[in-house]
Formats: sequence, C-alpha cells, structure tokens
Amino acid sequence: MIKKRSLQSVHLRRTNEKIVMALLWTAASISILITLAIVLSVLFESLRFFKSVPIFDFLFGLQWSPQTAMRADQGGSSGAFGAVPLFVGSMLITLIAMVVAIPAGLLSAIYLSEYASRHLRDWVKPMLEILAGIPTVVYGYFAIMIVAPLLRGLGASVGLDVASESALAAGLVMGIMIIPFVSSLSDDIITAVPRSLRDASYGLGATPSETIKHVVIPAALPGIMGAVLLAISRAIGETMIVVMAAGMSANLTVNPLKSVTTVTVQIVSLLVGDQEFDSPKTLAAFALGLTLFCVTLVLNIIALMVVRKYRERYE
Amino acid sequence: MNNPSQQQWHQSRMNREARFRWYGRSALIFSVLMLAILLGSIASRGYLGFVQTQIKLPIVYDAKLLAPEEGQTIMDISASGYNRLVQAALRAEFPEVTDQTQLHRLYALVSLSAGGQLKHQLATAPDLLSHATDIWVPAASDVDQCIKNDLLCLKQSNDRLNDEQIIWLRQLDEKGQVHLAFNRNFFTHGDSRTPEQAGFLGAITGSLLTLAICLLASFPIGVMTAVYLEEFAHKGKFVDIIEVNINNLAAVPSIVFGLLGLAVYINMMHMPRSAPLVGGLTLALMILPVIIIATRASLEAVPPSVRDAARALGASPLQVVCHHALPLSMPGIMTGTILGMARAIGETAPLLMIGMVAFVVDTPTGFSSPSTVMPVQIYLWGSSPELGFAEKTAAGILVLLVLLLAMNALAIFLRKRFETRW
Amino acid sequence: MSKISSKNLNVFYGAKQALFDISIDMPEHSVTALIGPSGCGKSTFLRCLNRMNDTIEGCRVEGQILVDGKNINAPEQDVVQLRSWIGMVFQKPNPFPKSIYDNVAYGPRIHRLVQNKHDLDEVVELSLRRAGLFDEVKDSLLSPGTSLSGGQQQRLCIARTLAVNPDIILMDEPCSALDPIATARIEELITELRNNYTIVIVTHSMQQAARVSQQTCFFHMGKVIEVGTTSQIFTSPIHQQTQDYITGRYG
Repeated sequence: MIKKRSLQSVHLRRTNEKIVMALLWTAASISILITLAIVLSVLFESLRFFKSVPIFDFLFGLQWSPQTAMRADQGGSSGAFGAVPLFVGSMLITLIAMVVAIPAGLLSAIYLSEYASRHLRDWVKPMLEILAGIPTVVYGYFAIMIVAPLLRGLGASVGLDVASESALAAGLVMGIMIIPFVSSLSDDIITAVPRSLRDASYGLGATPSETIKHVVIPAALPGIMGAVLLAISRAIGETMIVVMAAGMSANLTVNPLKSVTTVTVQIVSLLVGDQEFDSPKTLAAFALGLTLFCVTLVLNIIALMVVRKYRERYE
Repeated sequence: MNNPSQQQWHQSRMNREARFRWYGRSALIFSVLMLAILLGSIASRGYLGFVQTQIKLPIVYDAKLLAPEEGQTIMDISASGYNRLVQAALRAEFPEVTDQTQLHRLYALVSLSAGGQLKHQLATAPDLLSHATDIWVPAASDVDQCIKNDLLCLKQSNDRLNDEQIIWLRQLDEKGQVHLAFNRNFFTHGDSRTPEQAGFLGAITGSLLTLAICLLASFPIGVMTAVYLEEFAHKGKFVDIIEVNINNLAAVPSIVFGLLGLAVYINMMHMPRSAPLVGGLTLALMILPVIIIATRASLEAVPPSVRDAARALGASPLQVVCHHALPLSMPGIMTGTILGMARAIGETAPLLMIGMVAFVVDTPTGFSSPSTVMPVQIYLWGSSPELGFAEKTAAGILVLLVLLLAMNALAIFLRKRFETRW
Repeated sequence: MSKISSKNLNVFYGAKQALFDISIDMPEHSVTALIGPSGCGKSTFLRCLNRMNDTIEGCRVEGQILVDGKNINAPEQDVVQLRSWIGMVFQKPNPFPKSIYDNVAYGPRIHRLVQNKHDLDEVVELSLRRAGLFDEVKDSLLSPGTSLSGGQQQRLCIARTLAVNPDIILMDEPCSALDPIATARIEELITELRNNYTIVIVTHSMQQAARVSQQTCFFHMGKVIEVGTTSQIFTSPIHQQTQDYITGRYG
C-alpha cells in the first residue's frame, strides 16, 4: 500500500522551497549589485577628481603630467591631467593590433570553416585555443624580450629609429593575442550562415572563394562587425601587454615607431605604489577607469545588439 | 562558351581561387608560427631558470671562525655570519690571494645565500661541527649568468666578471668543482632581491590560496544565479536586465574589476591589502559571469523531456532542478568553472590594483597574509633590470603554463568523458 | 543519344553505400521524375548530376555520368563550369539576401556571360519572364529577394538558375515547401520549360510526377527498381515493388 504524504511534510517542503527560492533570487540580484557597485564606486571617486580638475580639461586637455600639489591647501594642482595623449595612445596601439588581428583572425576562421579538412581542424583549433589561453603577462614578456629588440634591430638596419617601447611592438603582440578571439567569434558567425545559401551559390557554378566573398561574408557581415567591435573593446581594455611593452611618457603622436602610453598603463602607474588614497593622482586613475568603462560598455552593447539581431535573422 | 576570352576569364577565376586559399593558409600558418615562437623562446630561456651554477668547496665547520659571543650558541649566529666559513674555504682553495680587494672579488664568486644553506645543514646534522665536508654552494648571480651564457666565460670578458675571477673559475672547473645542478631553490623559496635565491614558492602558494577564495565565492553564487534565471524566473523586464547585465560584465576589462576591488574592499571595507582574501574576492567578481553563462548553457542543454518526465511524477519545480537538471548538467558546469579558474589564475591587472605588487618574501600562511600570485611575480621579475631575473621570469611562466595546461586538459577530459549526446 | 546517362554509379558516404549500380538514361527536352520513399537515394543521385556531392565531406562517387557523351565524373572535369551548364533548384527556396535583381544577376556576373549593364538588364528580365515572375516584380527589382512569398521565392530561384543559360535543370522536391496554388504555378512552369531545357525532378508526390513528367524512375533503398514512361509506370508497372509503392502500400 502506498502511503499518502502527510500534510505536514508537504507543508515543510513548501517552506523549505520558499527559503531556497529566496536564496536563488538573492544570488541573481548580486550580479546587478556588482554592476551598480562598479558604476557607483568609480563614479563617486571620479566626481571627487572632477572637483579639482574640470572634466573639460580632463577629456580634451593635451598635456598629461600628473603631479599633485605639495600641500593639501594649495588650490589646484600643479600637474596637468589632460587625457588626450592617453586616448590617442590607446587608439594607436589598438589600431595596430586590429591591423594584425582582424585579417589574420577572419581569414583563419574562413579557411577553417570553408576549406579545411576535419583532420586539419582537429589540430589547428586546439592550437588557437592555446593561444587564447595564454595569460597576457606572458605576451607582455614576449613583447619586451623578443619583439621589441627585434623591431629595434630591424629598424636600425634600415636606418629607422624604433623606440624600445614602441607602439608598434606593443600593438603587434596585442594583435597576436587577439587573433584567436576574432577567429573563434568569426567562426561561430560564419557557421551560422545557412548551408542552403552556400548550396545555391555552388549550384550556380561559383568557386568557394566567390561564394565566400559574394554570399557568405555579406550575409555574415553584421555578425562580423559585432566581432570587430568586441575585439576593439578587448584591445582598449588590455593592460599587461601595454604595461610591460608600452611606455610611460604621454607623447601625443601617431607614429607607431615612437613610445606612447595608454589609459590602462596610466591607471596602473597611478595606483601602484604607496599613495595617499585621496590625492588627485589616485583619483585621476578612477576618472580614467570611468572613461574606459563607459567606452567599452558602449562598444559591447552595440556589438551584442548587432550580433543578437544577426542571429535572429538565421534562427 | 569556349571562346578565348571566356577561357581567360575562367582562368583568372581559378587563379583568384588559388590565391584566396593561400591567404587563408598563410593566416593559419602565421598564427601557429607565432605560437611556436612564443612558446619556444620562453622555453629556451626558461629551462635555464631551473638550473643553478654551484661551486664545490671544502667547508670546515669551525666554531672559532663563527665566533659566538658570550651566551650565544652556534645556532644564534645569523645566516650571513656563516658566510665566514665560505670565505675561509675560498681562501683555502686559493692561498695565493692575499690582497684585500682581490679577496673581496674572490668572495664575490659565491652567493650570499650560501651562509643560510650552511646554517640549515648544521642544524640538521649537528655532528658536522668541527668537521670538514665538501659542500656544493650556489654561485653568485654574475657567475651563474656567465656560465649559463657561455660556459666558463671563455669567449669574451665582460663587465660583470673581471679576468681574475674568470681565471679562478676556470681553475675550479678544471678541478671539477663547478657544475650546473637542478635549482631546488626555485620551488622552495619565495622572492628575493638576488636572482640566484629567488624562488616561486610564495607565488604558487599565493595563487592557490587566491584561487580557493575565488572558487568558494563565485561558484555557489554563479550556479544559483544561473539556476534562478534558467529555471524559475518569469520572462520579463527584471530577467532581461539581469541577462544584459551579465553579458556586459563578461566583457568589462579586468582592470575595472581591480578598481572596484580597490574602492570597495580596501577603501570602504578596510580589508588587508595584497591578501589572497581580497584578491580572491576581486577575481570572483570577474569570473562570476563566466560561471553563470556556462551553467546556463549546460542547463539549457538538458532536454525538456527529462524535466517533463520528472514533473509528471509529481516533482516540484525545485525538485526537478535539484534532482534531475542540475546533476545532468554538472559536467558542463564543472568544465566551465575549471576554464574560469584557468582564466583567473592568469589574471594580473586587477591584483595589481589591490596591492599584490609589493615585494613579498615570506610564503603566505593564511588568507589575510600579504602575498603575491604567479602572474604578478612574473610581471615583477620581468620588469626587473637585473639580468638574472630574465630566466626566472621565463621559468615562472613555464610553471604557470604547465598548470594552465593541466587545468585545460582536465576540463577537456571531463567534457569528453561525461558528454551525453541527447 | 540521351542527354544524360549514368553508368554503374555507386555512391558511398564514408563506409555506408547509398547508391548501388545506377544506370539510367534521360532524354533531352523532357522531364524525368525520380520517385521513391524517403531515404532511397533520389536526392543523392540528383546531386551527383551536377557534382554537388563534392561539397559533402566523406562522400565518394564511383562510376560514370555522361552528359552529351562526356563523363562528368572524370577528374579533369571543371566542376565550376559544369554547374553553369547544369542548374539546380532546391527544396526550400534559398534566395540570397540581396535584391531580386542581384539574385538573378549573380550567375551571369561571376561567369561573365554578358559584357555590359544593358545586356545584364536584358538577361535578368528574360530570366524573370521565363520563370513567370517578371510581371509581379518588375517595379521592385531592387527590393530584397527574401521579401517575396514562398512561391515567388522559388520562382526567383528558378529565374536565377535560368540566367546562366543551362541545358539541364535539376529540381530537388521544388514544391514540397509551397502551398497548392504556388505548386500549380511551378508545375505549369516546368511544363513550359520542358521545350527548351532537359529537366530532372525529384518528387515525393506521385501525382506530381504523373502530372509533369514523361519518364519516371522508381528508386528503392539505393537501387533503381524500374524505369519507364510515366504512363507505363503508373498504369502497368512491371515490378511488384513499384506496384506496391504506387498503390500506397508503403511510403
């Protein structure tokens, strides 16, 4: 005879479940709390910074030499906190990285998904995943130990003066780091283009390269744009490679052979070391962090929206 | 169809096809080549970090030389005091050296850490006192570098070792008293100002402690959030906001999490700087979205038929999840978590922000003692101008990469072993 | 001499054999229907005729397929050119996400069949007329091909195929995704096209085969059971299996 559950035990289970559900709900809210915490804390410190340095000067100033006032009662610091050289430096290195990563990553993804045999894919995909898994500090070491001296030597042999902390060295290594990122994103996107479109193109007598160029890539274009935006966002936010391989001096230049500094490098240099937490120097780091967060947030949102729209089209 | 211009056009199409294929191949070759160069250059530098030049000297544990004061025992003498024994042995090897400046150069051949090694040896075997034994002591960093770069500095003189020192080294080598041995220091010591003594143990311990905190903090919350979102939440604005949120958090640069950790944990909550507790909690913030996304994907992969069957038997929604969906998706969750941990163990920037950049010599003992982690140690050594640290940096990288490889292999193994094809 | 004929064709997917010793002749300027239950290999055979099976990894084809006397399975055969002589219309309409004009112009452009824009316009209009679609879309040639209805999309795909001026058109269940009215239009179109093209059509519907084709081949489990004129197959089939299939004993 099967005993029916007692009302009491059912009641107990229900209460237990209510507790568990409350726990789950709390856990889910934590993720919102985190975003709020990031925004609020960074915003709070940045606002304190903008009290001593006007936001206009920060965003559009051309001179970056962060020094604090010697005494707390000195009105206005003697240093300049114009972040434009940092923005330009970040963009220069990002540009170089994209020039390396996007063609290499996209073409790799195309070759792997359209031409490569399963055998080749089984070998190469893990290698790309290894590239992706290497910590960025290792890439930084690679940049200063191998790439920068190599570029300097190459430059010297053709009569060019390549700085030992050139934007080119940092950008190249960053590009190599981002290749697997672009490749795997592009791979997903290209694979999402339905086979029927490819079949139609082949059926008309097109070669694989024509099919890719005229049918697959145009169909995948929104997704690829999204991937590019995400890659740019990744490059802008990257820290260790530039901390090790790029310079500290805020040169306002677009010459890749010179040394530049970036937003992330300055955040690190301003905060590492024993500073008074409230000095404008440390607060400047938060202002930079806020700028970085906003820019990457905008890029990420646009990218994710674009990719989502693209997937909806094919599903 | 087969007129000459058509043939030409056709041929140019075929050429374009072949060229395009080559572009694709070159891109792949480039990527793989870069990987090979990266790993190869690190390995070729790193293996030197695992070996150490040692010099064999006849050490006499002479109590008179150690010269303890009133009320002091032999063991009370500091480690550097034991270097006097080393100096005595060197004088015995080269009795012809008498000039003070020359003697200083002679002593400079051996690392200052030798004293500590001798003291430790005496402590474990006290009957060595007043006896003489041949002991291999570590050479000084300059000697170490010289030998590793070109054996016995035969090729050229350099500004680190002068000619006299090179002659003495050669003499020692001819008597078989110089060799390269496995550098146990690397795995038994913490950081040090002198490269030949510097070890990775402090960083390894710090990494493990930090990772433990990270896992403990992020795993429960991550899984619970994912369970809630996937199984219980009603589709609506709240859930949408959380989802967009999580996807964005996954793409925020890691340094921003460091700023958050600095502002909240250290400034507001006054937690100790540079402790694994703070480091772990900061990394947990970063890894949380990864775990949530992986758990959701695994839960989504469990087919509705399993849940329907459980529900039809009268299981409550929570029971369906806990008894059926969650256990079935565990392999996927584990894989995602291990990969998340692999990412966390290599992160540097956020930990720099919360202060793990200080020079820490002692191996951390608990979750709130100052410590460093492997990638930060690599960064510190890598930025050091001293030549001896270059190989240590590469050696540290190799240790980190091996650990990462092991973690990824474990994740892949789990995935293959427990993968169920629905 | 028949337009297409296969001789001892065997097809393997990896270790599994899908087609066994197929030898069929298909005459010019007529419609040949391939019928049979699901999974019997009709689509596989159809795809052999324009070597579309080359795009499937692990697929191996043995035997000859002669088109106008030439073996297209020979290694020196240029597949790209072959597919401009033999066109294909697929089961589910698959217009490119481009304008109607660009869809039809795609083939002539890549093969450079015309020299200037004016000629291209003519080819596009002619193809759309032949496919019976021109009057419906002549004012919206630049709107996306995907904005058309299912039946119109399929006619667009047919126009696209016609634009490269093939001799042979292969159709893989072209109406299975369409409603009855659209199906009727397409069947009308097939009958018209028969005068200028050789058509091979795979169909799940015996009624359709009876309506449009002159010759029918009955496939079963990778083998050809019977080949004959359509009227003969449907009124007095020779083999028992054919009889069973037609009368609906299995399917």
